Amino acid sequence: MRKVACIGAGMTLFRRRLQETPKELCWEASRMALDAAGLTIDDIDAVVFGSAPDAFDGIHMKGENVLDGCGGRRKPYVRVFTGGGTGVFSPIAAYWHVASGMFDCVLVVNEEKMSSCQPHAQSVFGHIWDPILDRPLKPNLVWIFAMEMNRYMTVHKVRYEDVAAVAVKNKRNAVGHPCAQLADPNITVEDVMNSEMMAWPVRRLDISPPSDGASALVIASEDFVKKHKVESPVWFSGVGWNIDTTWWTDRDLYFPEYLANAARMAYKQARIDRPRKQIDFAEPYDPFDYKELHHMEGLLLCGKGEAPTLTREGVTQRDGDLPTCPSGGLLGVGNPIAATMGIKVGELYWQLSGQAGKRQIPREIRTGVTNAWGDLMQFSSVVVMRA
Amino acid sequence: MTAKVAKWPGTELSAKEFYEKVTSVRFRPEAKFAWSAGEAMSRFLAELKEGRLIARTCRKCKRVLFPPRMFCEECFRPTDAWTVVRDTGTIETYSISYIDLDAKRIEEPVYVGVVSVDGASPKMGIMHYFGEVTPETIRIGMRVKAVWRPPEEREGSVLDIRYWRPLREGEK
Repeated sequence: MRKVACIGAGMTLFRRRLQETPKELCWEASRMALDAAGLTIDDIDAVVFGSAPDAFDGIHMKGENVLDGCGGRRKPYVRVFTGGGTGVFSPIAAYWHVASGMFDCVLVVNEEKMSSCQPHAQSVFGHIWDPILDRPLKPNLVWIFAMEMNRYMTVHKVRYEDVAAVAVKNKRNAVGHPCAQLADPNITVEDVMNSEMMAWPVRRLDISPPSDGASALVIASEDFVKKHKVESPVWFSGVGWNIDTTWWTDRDLYFPEYLANAARMAYKQARIDRPRKQIDFAEPYDPFDYKELHHMEGLLLCGKGEAPTLTREGVTQRDGDLPTCPSGGLLGVGNPIAATMGIKVGELYWQLSGQAGKRQIPREIRTGVTNAWGDLMQFSSVVVMRA
Repeated sequence: MTAKVAKWPGTELSAKEFYEKVTSVRFRPEAKFAWSAGEAMSRFLAELKEGRLIARTCRKCKRVLFPPRMFCEECFRPTDAWTVVRDTGTIETYSISYIDLDAKRIEEPVYVGVVSVDGASPKMGIMHYFGEVTPETIRIGMRVKAVWRPPEEREGSVLDIRYWRPLREGEK
């Protein structure tokens, strides 16, 4: 397989409601990524689009609806979808477009507009449940997070304060992000603990907000990088993805085995055998604060049940030994589901190319890892990148 | 590059602007569905109506699969036989929900979680409600028993079980 790099990134503001249509958001993010790479749409051989279920936008086949905004007109164009895992999965799809030798330069665009869904995106989340076993119980999607968080906290005897500390860290980190929706320099653990109870043990500030937004990356081959004399390319060194069965009530939720499998796949390709030593920082998927901890363990960055301790000891702060979510994460920047590519793979790119501005990790970094998570608590996608 | 961008794209709308200005159009889909329950689930629902929980066994991996299925996803072969499991089990995890499916607040919280069922393979269960518990008494590992609706009220639905209550002293 050929070497593949990210050579440009762009994203829109993440906000509860944006005026732009999905197509207009795609255009803005695409234009920004192309400008950053110093390219035009004529340099792009193929386009990959990623988005969560059509039902959020209320437009079926939304891949076709937005393709003009993604620069997909009269090009090989494909939409990929792995639920909440799409944000890190569509860049993997773009990666294999290039690694395979089929294309030299690919634009990957992710978009989500959750404000369209009335009165709240939750009503559409209800459609992902099994119609026979689950839906008669009128489930809210927050339930599954609450159940997983409770199981995780109970098995490892985790204190709620140590989970809330993740929300505090990420919302504070987001202060440096120009697109952030919920950055807060003064938030405290007490604020999180005193926020409204949604579904015990999940409180309002444990959850990332629904958002509108789009992001885009330019992905290119080594030949292309050399020919165009690209400055500071950031290389994909490993990719992985893995899914467990939909029978989620048949497994122990305390550990995401599917993520560990995806991480092992990516680490094997990246020649990483001691992740904690060889990885400098991480952007674990953080739609909920406990998920960052769950995903640090699933990414094998620490032992099972150790992530809360690392958080408490400050290891995961931006100036710590293993910074996590220096972007501000979904908790701080926002959660337009697939568009979180901009704060996951996008943040790896910006950090590793030294372009993260106020968010830049204050020491030399060489290797970063990120993941996203989706479907019914069963799927994860992993990307390892190197400067 | 982050530092070089003067204005990041995107125009924020307040709720007032979104709902009161000419910035949105509305549509309500009229989609309706009737799902065939399938081979395994049709039998499962029929047994619920009779007040029983049923599973399928796989001879190869020796698992008792609950909820039942006609093929084993692990061995990727047909399952072999029906077997009735018990209506007692263990709380694997739970939540106490203060919101409904539209994320609106509800008056009385709902106790919901995963119950693994006795007689099935370890950790195999369903999501369901818990009752006769309080935030102080409910816990992971609690032994519970199904509270069934009276036979004349059952419809062949997971709601034929009203909820799962703690096992009482002396009950097995």
